[in-house]
Amino acid sequence: LRLIYTTTVVQRRNVAAAGPEKYTEAFIKKQIEEFNLGKRHLANMMGEDPETFTQEDIDKAIAYLFPSGLFDERARPMMKHPTEIFPEKRQIQWGEDGRPFHFLFYTGKQSYYSLMHETYGMLLNVQEYQDQMSAQDLPPEKEKKNLPGSRWLTKMELEEMLLEKLSDHDYSRFIQLLQKMVALPYGSNEEKYMQKFSKEIATQLQKVVIDPLQYDERGVAFSTAEGQRKTARATVVVYDNGSGKITVNGVDALHYFPVLQDREQLMFPFQFLDRIEKHDMICTVSGGGRSSQAGAIRLASAKALKSFVTEKEVEFMRQAGLLTVDPRLRERKKPGQEGARRKFTWKKR
Amino acid sequence: EDRLISEPLGHPDYFNVKELFSLKDLFDARVHLGHKKGCRHRFMEPYIFGCRLGQDIIDLEQTMQHLQLALNFTAHVAYRKGIILFVSRNRQFCHLIESTARACGEYAHTRYWQGGLLTNAHVQFGPGVRLPDLLVFLSSLNNVFEPHVAIRDAAKMNIPTVGVVDTNCNPCLISYPVPGNDDSPAAMELYCKLFRMTIIRAKDKRRQREVFEELQ
Repeated sequence: LRLIYTTTVVQRRNVAAAGPEKYTEAFIKKQIEEFNLGKRHLANMMGEDPETFTQEDIDKAIAYLFPSGLFDERARPMMKHPTEIFPEKRQIQWGEDGRPFHFLFYTGKQSYYSLMHETYGMLLNVQEYQDQMSAQDLPPEKEKKNLPGSRWLTKMELEEMLLEKLSDHDYSRFIQLLQKMVALPYGSNEEKYMQKFSKEIATQLQKVVIDPLQYDERGVAFSTAEGQRKTARATVVVYDNGSGKITVNGVDALHYFPVLQDREQLMFPFQFLDRIEKHDMICTVSGGGRSSQAGAIRLASAKALKSFVTEKEVEFMRQAGLLTVDPRLRERKKPGQEGARRKFTWKKR
Repeated sequence: EDRLISEPLGHPDYFNVKELFSLKDLFDARVHLGHKKGCRHRFMEPYIFGCRLGQDIIDLEQTMQHLQLALNFTAHVAYRKGIILFVSRNRQFCHLIESTARACGEYAHTRYWQGGLLTNAHVQFGPGVRLPDLLVFLSSLNNVFEPHVAIRDAAKMNIPTVGVVDTNCNPCLISYPVPGNDDSPAAMELYCKLFRMTIIRAKDKRRQREVFEELQ
């Protein structure tokens, strides 16, 4: 007789390879109870009322009882609510007898797939409802909410919601399902469900603020505005019932800007609105060079003219680019190069 | 305790699964329809009754026997509180199968099968995970018409399998093959209904027996 040795391969628990611990619900509950008890003890120790002992009091008490000279705040002794210390992770997914709790546990991505299952169920319901309605010959259209002020959740937000890692493919499939449901005629039946996955974007409609006209002692209407271009800053006062005189820093425009190009820039807003010889302008400008000062005054005068003009013409000015601040600034010189873009002369040897 | 488990094994059909279906039900659900003779798998020839206008017809007499064996086996597994995993890669019936599994209180996997699910479970899920005790294939091919990886993996891990094999499938590694159609909605609904009823029946029987034993 020869004894046959059979070895059963036991799955050795490689604790190191197990990954981060998954906290059971019972564990977290126990931690919360211990925390509350400890809080009351601490309050008694400090001579405070246990009922009104806030988190700030706890922090102060701990800092007093356990003074620590460590530089890193996170290394110092702290006493916080367990939900802050133990990050919300997946608890162990199966019960005592080994049976998993969720029916899609063996897929690996249970929350994602259960979400897809639910959403697909909603889609089927909508299609059924649609069929019923068409069988009864009722109109298939309903008002659709075409508000552009909502977007679907991003991948990160969905991951946070499901506590699971998703791939880009999974995420795109989910969004496609939602979009398909929205596109169906009776898709708005399941609006409540879909609202969980959409967020509103705060629509930033920059309403063009038009300042009202001010009147000086003589009864002449005027308006002030500021403008900038590169490093030049200009302040401008535009008067009504004028004759087209432009004064810059106390000097006439003809003397201040000998170059025609700069004077054309000054004139452009008025020419655009056909009000060349109807307004007077007094400006102060500093910084920059001759061209940028001209550009700054142009922007400032266009802004000032907004108050004199109808909304439609303001829109025309905006589309012409008169009201946009020119964002271009001087690019810095980089080391190893002659200038911002120019490199040193390349020598073959 | 031992009586609870060993008593059902004495009877050939303890859960009376024969009454759940009849030949007429199978015929009405179009279970006998196979694929065209060009797709025929060599090992499915014994189960095929004949070929009509190029389409294979599955022998329903044999299907009845195999189905009875398979349902009996699932009932026994469910009675002993085993984990049953429904697997199918047919996108048309994915929702139906998942709802069936949920209704039974068992598990389903009708999505992309990650390679190490059964063979590398302790790394993927965590130490101490319990693997399924039975795999039920409601469609044994995957989306590229190849045998599902889970059949081979279950054979490696010594997990018994029950599978609905169509005329283009390989019934080799499946412990309880059930030759039948896996493509029409009527057939799939019939299978889901049968499995659901057997599992619920077996679980109810178990609960009754436990209560009975406790009273004694």
